[in-house]
Amino acid sequence: MWDYTDKVMDHFKNPRNVGEIKDADGTGQVGSLICGDALKLTIKVNKETEVIEDVKFQTFGCASAIASSSILTEMVKGKTLSEALKITNRDIAEALGSLPEEKMHCSVMGMEALDAAIKSYKQGGAPVIFEQEPGTNIVCHCFNVSEQAIIQAIHNNNLKTVEDVTHFTKAGGACGKCKEEIGRILSKVLSCEVPSAPKAEEKKPYSEMTIVEKIKAVEEVLNNDIKPKLNLDGGSVELTDINGNIVTVKLLGMCGGCMNAAATLKGFVEKTLRDKISKDIEVKQA
Amino acid sequence: MSLIYFDNNATTGVLPEVFEAMAPYFTDKYGNASSMHHFGGGNKKAIELARVNVADLINASAAELVFTSGGTEADSSAIYSALRFYPNKKHIITSAVEHPAVLEVFKKLGKEGYKVDFIGVDGDGRFNMEQYKAVLDKDTALVSVMWANSETGTIFPIKDICALAHEAGALFHTDAVQAVGKIDVDVKLAGADMLSCSSHKINGPKGIGALYIRQGLRFFPFMVGGHQERLRRAGTENVPAIVGFGEAARIAKETLFLYEDKVRVLRDNLENGLLKEIPDCRINGDRENRLPNTSNISFGYVEGESILMMLDEYNICASSGSACTSGSLEPSHVLMAMGVPFQFAHGSIRFSLGKFNTEAEVEQVIKVLPPIIKRLREISPFHGEKRACAARQ
Repeated sequence: MWDYTDKVMDHFKNPRNVGEIKDADGTGQVGSLICGDALKLTIKVNKETEVIEDVKFQTFGCASAIASSSILTEMVKGKTLSEALKITNRDIAEALGSLPEEKMHCSVMGMEALDAAIKSYKQGGAPVIFEQEPGTNIVCHCFNVSEQAIIQAIHNNNLKTVEDVTHFTKAGGACGKCKEEIGRILSKVLSCEVPSAPKAEEKKPYSEMTIVEKIKAVEEVLNNDIKPKLNLDGGSVELTDINGNIVTVKLLGMCGGCMNAAATLKGFVEKTLRDKISKDIEVKQA
Repeated sequence: MSLIYFDNNATTGVLPEVFEAMAPYFTDKYGNASSMHHFGGGNKKAIELARVNVADLINASAAELVFTSGGTEADSSAIYSALRFYPNKKHIITSAVEHPAVLEVFKKLGKEGYKVDFIGVDGDGRFNMEQYKAVLDKDTALVSVMWANSETGTIFPIKDICALAHEAGALFHTDAVQAVGKIDVDVKLAGADMLSCSSHKINGPKGIGALYIRQGLRFFPFMVGGHQERLRRAGTENVPAIVGFGEAARIAKETLFLYEDKVRVLRDNLENGLLKEIPDCRINGDRENRLPNTSNISFGYVEGESILMMLDEYNICASSGSACTSGSLEPSHVLMAMGVPFQFAHGSIRFSLGKFNTEAEVEQVIKVLPPIIKRLREISPFHGEKRACAARQ
């Protein structure tokens, strides 16, 4: 049993704007009987203002597919085409309160049908079936999902796992053969999002650093890698001086009076600084 | 609005008399059946009485039954024991429409190096005997084929399938979870080496099942540990559940005639009523050879989850083979194996009746379902297209 919001149930039980506009200015379709859900959206557009004056839908699908279509019609009615094009699947899901993860693809279907309907209007009104751009790389052949669609879903919804991608796009949900490729796309997109600037910068060797750079580099390792571990034992460390390769620190708290202070200093603090910055570093106690 | 429960293949409620029989074993008679004192050891008698009752239901002798945690454990135990029985044989056979408790084990074994054949079915869900005969050979260690299908109710010719397996020198196991208690299951007549059954499908408690192991067949236990169940299934006996299963089995045998005399009539009335009222639907399964309680109907051009949610508004419980209901994205593997077209597979509903359903409940479903289908078809884009096609012709 799905945990549907009251809003989903309301739009499922009392769907708004059901049907087909006879002399529609735009008709968009997405999905098929094979996929298990499909949506046909017809729109009436004011040619001068480009405002969507009327919209109707027909949906074959589960409760969340019907509810997503229904609320979409409410969202686009009265909007201009450019405003309507800004609606994402996330907006549809949010308008419904929420959708179960496994049902997010229903909201994606709404967004795709709307895009197709607007495209249809712009092309003179002949029905447009939402499909991947010609020449795009189809990743999931069971559900006909392109790499572009997967990348867009990852960006729009901040997806992190292959399972997420399946929930939002259906890709990988049938035979599962494309899961590996989805994983590759995912890691490609995610690695691009991580700020890459610091990585790209070549690290300056320790010996060529100015004294300020040396202090910064040592402080960074102390703060990120050394202090958190010493804190676990109730201790800490403080930088007191840097002279060439010699880094002088003061062990604080529990570490200060600890019998293992020398071992901590050489075995942990010095080793970590050597691993992270330069093998020439020597640590002394203040 | 009272509950109309037409989902008895999923699970059933515990009968009051079963519950009463179980109750003392939770609070008063909580002793360990393996204990030497009569307070615990006395429970052994209750277990053995239950074993006789379950054995009677399938015409086995009590010594041939091992209690398990349910149908799934019974299936896994049977399969892995058969593989150890024939360590040098590397071929196993099952059907494409098994319950996941068998199907997934076979898929896993396939990945682990076994040669696996999944025997297909025809459009009515009937077992493909020719394909089966063609793949059986002396390297086949095990054939595991279900007695009756959970989704369509189709009954397989277990006796014939078993005889062929034995001819080829293979062991034969059957998952009879859906058949036991609904039709006459005679394990001796069938000739099976092993058979799985489950308590919660026959108005007993959940979490208990049994594996029949033919007398004389060497068995390799799945669960290892204590000496319970004559060293065939370790673990402290779940006495209340075993007692409940026994009582449920006893009542199931006494009331088995109700499935033919009452449930079959209700099911047929429901089916005929719906077919008469609703255009574009079809029955999935072998109408000549089906469990008397199961009806799997596809309503074309609408989606199963939507139908179930609408039925739920009337407090009517059924289930669906549509993709959306399972959270997976493909419709039921059983309907796909039968080659049911997608426009029907997504709109399939399984009604599984029980001994306690009434004619009034059937009438209520026949009354409320047609408008639901009509409404959903009005929303569906495909049905409109179909009407347009019909009008042009």
